[in-house]
Amino acid sequence: MNIINLLRIAARALQRNKLRAFLTMLGIIIGVGAVIAMVAIGQGSKKSIQDQLSSMGSNMITIRPNSNVVAGARLDAGTVQTLKIEDVKALQKQGQYISDISPAASTKGQAINGALNWPTTIQGVSPQYLDIRAWQVKDGIAFTDADVTAAAKVCLLGQTVVNNLFVGGESPVGKIIRFNKIPFQVIGVLAPKGENAFGQDQDDIILTPYTTVQERILSTIYFQNIYVSALNEQVTDAAVAEISQILRVSHRLKPTDTDDFAVRTQEELINTFSSTSQLLTVLLTAIAGISLIIGGIGIMNIMYVSVTERTREIGLRMAIGARGTDILMQFLIEAILISITGGIIGVGLGIVASKLVTIFLSWPTLISESSIILSFLVCALTGVFFGYYPAQKASRLDPIDALRYE
Amino acid sequence: MSNKILEIQNIKRDFKMGTETVRALKGVSFDINAGEFVTIMGSSGSGKTTLLNILGCLDKPTEGKYLLDGVDVGKLERNELAHLRNIKIGFVFQAYNLLPRTSALENVELPLLYNPTIPQKERRERAIHALESVKLAERLEHTPNQLSGGQQQRVAIARALVNEPVMILADEATGNLDSRTSYEIMALIQELNQQQGKTIVFVTHEPDIAAFSSRTINLKDGKVIKDSPNVTVRSAKEVIASLPVTDDY
Repeated sequence: MNIINLLRIAARALQRNKLRAFLTMLGIIIGVGAVIAMVAIGQGSKKSIQDQLSSMGSNMITIRPNSNVVAGARLDAGTVQTLKIEDVKALQKQGQYISDISPAASTKGQAINGALNWPTTIQGVSPQYLDIRAWQVKDGIAFTDADVTAAAKVCLLGQTVVNNLFVGGESPVGKIIRFNKIPFQVIGVLAPKGENAFGQDQDDIILTPYTTVQERILSTIYFQNIYVSALNEQVTDAAVAEISQILRVSHRLKPTDTDDFAVRTQEELINTFSSTSQLLTVLLTAIAGISLIIGGIGIMNIMYVSVTERTREIGLRMAIGARGTDILMQFLIEAILISITGGIIGVGLGIVASKLVTIFLSWPTLISESSIILSFLVCALTGVFFGYYPAQKASRLDPIDALRYE
Repeated sequence: MSNKILEIQNIKRDFKMGTETVRALKGVSFDINAGEFVTIMGSSGSGKTTLLNILGCLDKPTEGKYLLDGVDVGKLERNELAHLRNIKIGFVFQAYNLLPRTSALENVELPLLYNPTIPQKERRERAIHALESVKLAERLEHTPNQLSGGQQQRVAIARALVNEPVMILADEATGNLDSRTSYEIMALIQELNQQQGKTIVFVTHEPDIAAFSSRTINLKDGKVIKDSPNVTVRSAKEVIASLPVTDDY
């Protein structure tokens, strides 16, 4: 018995019951379609989060003050002020894995240009900040270390601020705006960066030398953050260890003391978000997988019915020369044909569903080849697994009994 | 003409029903030569079905020897029996046993699908040829429910012919048909026997049908009680000719 004849026999048997074959397939179609679509949604959201976080600078390390115990009371991280210019200098001097470093001090306020005003955030940073964030200046120039030393009243505007303070396409470069009544000269406009992973508008910002914010607005010697970029992504972990070491010395912490600062990398942030969407993907896939199993049980059910219904046919086939294995293979191939055909339609359905989700719900989707291949394999296995027992039952029939079966 | 197609010697077949043993065949012996048309007669319970199953290689005797075309059937495995049925025996059943919703042609092709040595083209040609020999060349694509009972049985006969078996084994092949159609089927079988030299073993309980064969074996209680050649073989064609012209509709 060759395989082509077996395929022919199985295909003819299915053709005789097209509607039933299709209805049996439906379970598999929906199951596979659901798996493909769910994985596509999960992967899509994961990728978009990763892309957004990477756009912030993938080797960026953020240092922020951590809750510290003051006189036995644990203080909230936001109120703790531990980062100072000495820390920045120590890092600059001792850090081997660090390429750029920028402290950051920021506050909210009202930016005013003539009759227009706009509530925004002013962030005091060093010139390296633009390198750390991989941020371009679109028009004009960036401020320099000399501006930092002088606490110069110069600023770079984010695109959102420009849009709200300058209407009619006039160039803001060279203009004077006021922030909390302090006049700033606009020396450049930042390239648009869009929303970050948290949905915040990254372009709604004014950048200025950190000394300007510290001395002219906040009157403080502390920073809210220090941004550091590692030499490259590979040494990020080494850089984190190094930074902790330097800061512990700089803060004169005893070995028993806990860190009064926290160092976070983009990677950790990516992992946090990825694990959330990973969980989502796993859950959705599990649900879809269950429907695939139900589809498989549907196949098994129909194959059992089919074997019983076609007992006489099986008897006849045996009488005219079919061996037990031929019958086994026929029913197995029927089951596999159902599951694989269902799988192919299901993959198509899943792809269409993913596209529709992207079009109508604007959710990012990513159809991965691995999910297609995997669900296809699962289909074939489902066919074999759930088709085997009915097929075996058929193959073990006694031709005499089967021929006389009523 | 002593070319033995089939040789059975002292065949016994017991069935175990719980603790009791039912002896369906109690030692049956006979030979069948090539080109014979034999009917096996017997009332129900005579062991005729059991004998048919054994002759058809669907079952094996408990005791005794069965040679089919020189092959000792008793020594074969299940799969070897299947192969033997495929190449040496053509079955015709009372209930036709055609595959539903499948064309006559595909039904006739079926035995050849289980013989991998026959290529697709030859398979089709042989199936068409077999259908021509049962005068159904016009009905190749008809499905069983588009055919009358007699036509269905002729498709079944074509299916039994297609693998060129050494013996056609018919089990009450006219049992489901009215007399006229029965005679038509018998005429066809006679023609296959007389003109193409096919060996035919026909199991029936109707003496009427047995009269068309060249030899009748009578079974009773698992034993052969009579085995005799028919002196006067009726011709089914003549019987049909002598029937009154159908006027019942």
